[in-house]
Amino acid sequence: MKKCGNLMLVFGMISAFLWSATAFGLSDAFKNNIYNPGILKPIDSVLKVEVGDRAPGFSLPAISGGRISLGRYRGKKNVVLSFVPAAWTPVCSDQWPGYNIVKDIFDKNNAILLGITVDNIPTLFAWTNQMGKLWFPVLSDFWPHGSVADRYGVLRSDGLSERAIFVIDKKGIIRYIGVNNINKRPRLEVLVKELERLEK
Amino acid sequence: MNNIMKGIPMSVATFIISLALLHCLAFGSKLPPEKGDVLPEIKIPVPVNATDRNYLGLRSIGFFKIPQIKAKVVIIEIFSMYCPHCQREAPEINRLYSIIEGNPDLKDKIKLIGIGAGNSSFEVNVFKEKYNVPFPLIPDVDFSIHKCLGEVRTPYFLGVKINDYGTHQIFYSKLGEFKGAELFLDLMLQLSGLK
Repeated sequence: MKKCGNLMLVFGMISAFLWSATAFGLSDAFKNNIYNPGILKPIDSVLKVEVGDRAPGFSLPAISGGRISLGRYRGKKNVVLSFVPAAWTPVCSDQWPGYNIVKDIFDKNNAILLGITVDNIPTLFAWTNQMGKLWFPVLSDFWPHGSVADRYGVLRSDGLSERAIFVIDKKGIIRYIGVNNINKRPRLEVLVKELERLEK
Repeated sequence: MNNIMKGIPMSVATFIISLALLHCLAFGSKLPPEKGDVLPEIKIPVPVNATDRNYLGLRSIGFFKIPQIKAKVVIIEIFSMYCPHCQREAPEINRLYSIIEGNPDLKDKIKLIGIGAGNSSFEVNVFKEKYNVPFPLIPDVDFSIHKCLGEVRTPYFLGVKINDYGTHQIFYSKLGEFKGAELFLDLMLQLSGLK
């Protein structure tokens, strides 16, 4: 009887995995141009920073031209770093367009969003154009490859970055770290809750 | 023995849920429903908002099935707050709702409902508030409804005709291509036989 129960439990867990692992709900905005890498190892790196640390500084090229440094926001704005693994992939393509309609939430919490991937500028330019006009800077951590992701400890062994969010306060201190399962989009409400905590 | 007995209900429940999931995985996951089909067995949470419940003609709480909506035709939009097309088209779909609600011959016959693929309640509400969506939007946070509807890209539209005897039939099943409220409504009226 116990064996039967266990068998059913295993069967259930496999089913639940199959169920949750493959759904994306991808937007038609990207037509058939999305490459599906399949299911990847959920997390494949080890964090090099923790909550309470000073956020490692950086300066990266932006798709709008020029470079953007983390330091420019010190004392002025809270900063959210959104690392996504790769352009033209399913979950990543359906993450930033959601952030694009909640500028008011970022503004209300005196925060700026910086989107970062390890792709190069031309790729990021073409990809983000499909999302409509983004209100936040998109930065390329392409060269030296993934150096910023590596400094935060979210560079995977295959050269992609993790799907990770860092919330940094105006003093430059890391207040929240969320390294998500690369195969799933993080819930917006988690980020919003962390932003609201900053201004309290 | 006690441990075994304790384990049974959870295992049986897991088994039953898994069977339901596997049913969609095996029979309905890779292809969207086609014109002439009936909808797969999907249970949708009844909206918590009384205005939405009244709009759909639902009295109970818990779950409902599309054919239980009090209407002759139900237009289902599979959307996501993360979908740029869904964002762009939202005002035009709101206009479709207004045209229907403003026409005494149509308002009780055609109902709109949105299903947020992979969206939580919070995310669906962000979309609803951002675009002032007047019709019910249902969260599908674990993609369970989306899975049963063939994992379609978004936005995806389904037109369902509800017959007098509780049966129903899909008369429209298409990805995106919302060319404007009037044209779409006219198409729905023609294909459903309401016109």
